[in-house]
Amino acid sequence: MNTKHYLLRNRDVSHIDQIDVYEANEGYAALRQALKDYQPDELVAMVKKSGLRGRGGAGFPTGMKWGFLPNDGRSRYLVVNSDEAEPGTFKDRELIEENPHQLVEGIIISSYATRASEAYIYCRGEFRRGAEQLRRAVQEAYDHGYLGKNILGTEFSLDLKVYRGAGAYICGEESALLESLEGKRGNPRLKPPFPAVAGLYGGPTVVNNVETICNLPPLVTYGPEWYTSMGTEKSPGLKIMSVSGRVRRPGNYEIPLATPLRTLIEEYAGGLLPGRTVKAVIPGGSSVPLLMPDQLDTPLDYESVMKAGSMLGSGGCIVLDDQVCIVGATARLVKFYREESCGKCTPCREGTYWMTDVLERIEHGMGQNSDLDLLSDVADNIAGKCFCPLGDASLGVLVSALKHFRHEFEAHVAGHECPMGARLYDTVNH
Amino acid sequence: MKPEWQVWAKEAKEEFPRANSALMPLLHRIQLEEGWLSDATIADVAQLMGLPVQYVESVVSFYSLFHQEPVGKKVVHVCVGLSCALAGSDELMHQLEQQLGVKEGQTTADGAYTLLEAECLAACDKAPVAQVNLRYVGPVAPEDAARLLSEEVSS
Repeated sequence: MNTKHYLLRNRDVSHIDQIDVYEANEGYAALRQALKDYQPDELVAMVKKSGLRGRGGAGFPTGMKWGFLPNDGRSRYLVVNSDEAEPGTFKDRELIEENPHQLVEGIIISSYATRASEAYIYCRGEFRRGAEQLRRAVQEAYDHGYLGKNILGTEFSLDLKVYRGAGAYICGEESALLESLEGKRGNPRLKPPFPAVAGLYGGPTVVNNVETICNLPPLVTYGPEWYTSMGTEKSPGLKIMSVSGRVRRPGNYEIPLATPLRTLIEEYAGGLLPGRTVKAVIPGGSSVPLLMPDQLDTPLDYESVMKAGSMLGSGGCIVLDDQVCIVGATARLVKFYREESCGKCTPCREGTYWMTDVLERIEHGMGQNSDLDLLSDVADNIAGKCFCPLGDASLGVLVSALKHFRHEFEAHVAGHECPMGARLYDTVNH
Repeated sequence: MKPEWQVWAKEAKEEFPRANSALMPLLHRIQLEEGWLSDATIADVAQLMGLPVQYVESVVSFYSLFHQEPVGKKVVHVCVGLSCALAGSDELMHQLEQQLGVKEGQTTADGAYTLLEAECLAACDKAPVAQVNLRYVGPVAPEDAARLLSEEVSS
């Protein structure tokens, strides 16, 4: 197990959210080094060499994303996605609440690298303390000469602003986020054009996740070889996994990529409660298919988890033990998408509603055998038929639950009750 | 319209001068003072922003944290995401409904509490978690519902 933290340094250094403590622990040294020793393009090359991939869920190579910005003289924007709301994921909240200067430093380095002159942090509306911490850190960074005109005496200038969302999961989708940042309803945009070409205010824009950007200070300090010394060739470096559900020590754990899922659950998260066994694991946030107990040795890197039939996603790992009713768990996850569908596309808006209704009636013993086929039918009518990924995201757990636990759905129907006696409260009013 | 709102609108536009980016910061600031956004407030904001009332209404209604009805002094959000549900969030919600004498989505008659469910609050390590006026409290076991209600929180 890791003893030293790079991204979760707040675990090792108390009060690192205070700028004097942050500075006393090499804070902003990476920024000084980046401005002194690197040209912007050299930093982009370094990030490409490190193999850093986006930590918001898609895992897209960060350096490549930065490389998509057109060289057409327009001013560029860097937007940091801090709208963390994927069920099971809570790493960005810790990063902004407990170590906001690390993110601010990462943003300044990333803006220098991408030649952005304005940066924004889009902070989830529910993160009240997170937004306060970020605003304070940004102000302190201005006061210390890390933000504003001619940063640390160089030609580089940057303005950074904190913008609060107001409650909408869909705004974590980058184009919906940009709409919201422009003061609109958070409806996703048609792509292409991608934000690199036409993003915030129509300008070239990079949108990166909080954790992705937090990698920048240690990357500059320790170099790309340090990063590629961990993980695999295609999935190098560190990842924060948020572990929750039926484990003894739920929490965020910083792991080298390719650490086995079993190690994460048993060693980092303290294992299961006595006498319990793993029923299934959602490895990467609520949108990804289940992994089964015989897949616990899957290394947690993007390719291995994909090969096992799921996705590493955001790293939100929800552990279900043998006392969890799979129908109830699935109902609750699909209900999330029902609540958060923006309503633009009929398959998603209506489909998530009906799937929740059917799942809850099965859970409450009022399902019929035909309901299982009905669920598959509705799922088929959502898959690939929506404007943005939210509709598809609602299917990951459901489709794999129907595949692996069909007998459990059938037992609910046959017995006219949940065999495990699970009591979820009803959200569709049966 | 309160006189300070014009100052707030000016400040929001100075910080976020482009597109309608000043709108949500202004709405947040007014709601923090007023507790909610009435039709009259929305009309005032539209005027301050130079936007159609319908536009402001369309934005307000999209986001779950903008309240279009009066809320209690303490707004209690109970996370009912899967990790919280596995830790007893539904029973916690049930206890709160019993103790407050309201259903989810309602405000107590004395205007002290509004009880709402929240989708995953990104604090699954504190499950079951709640927020009181967007300040985290957790874990809150169902039997600790009374403690949650008496929690001292800043507005």
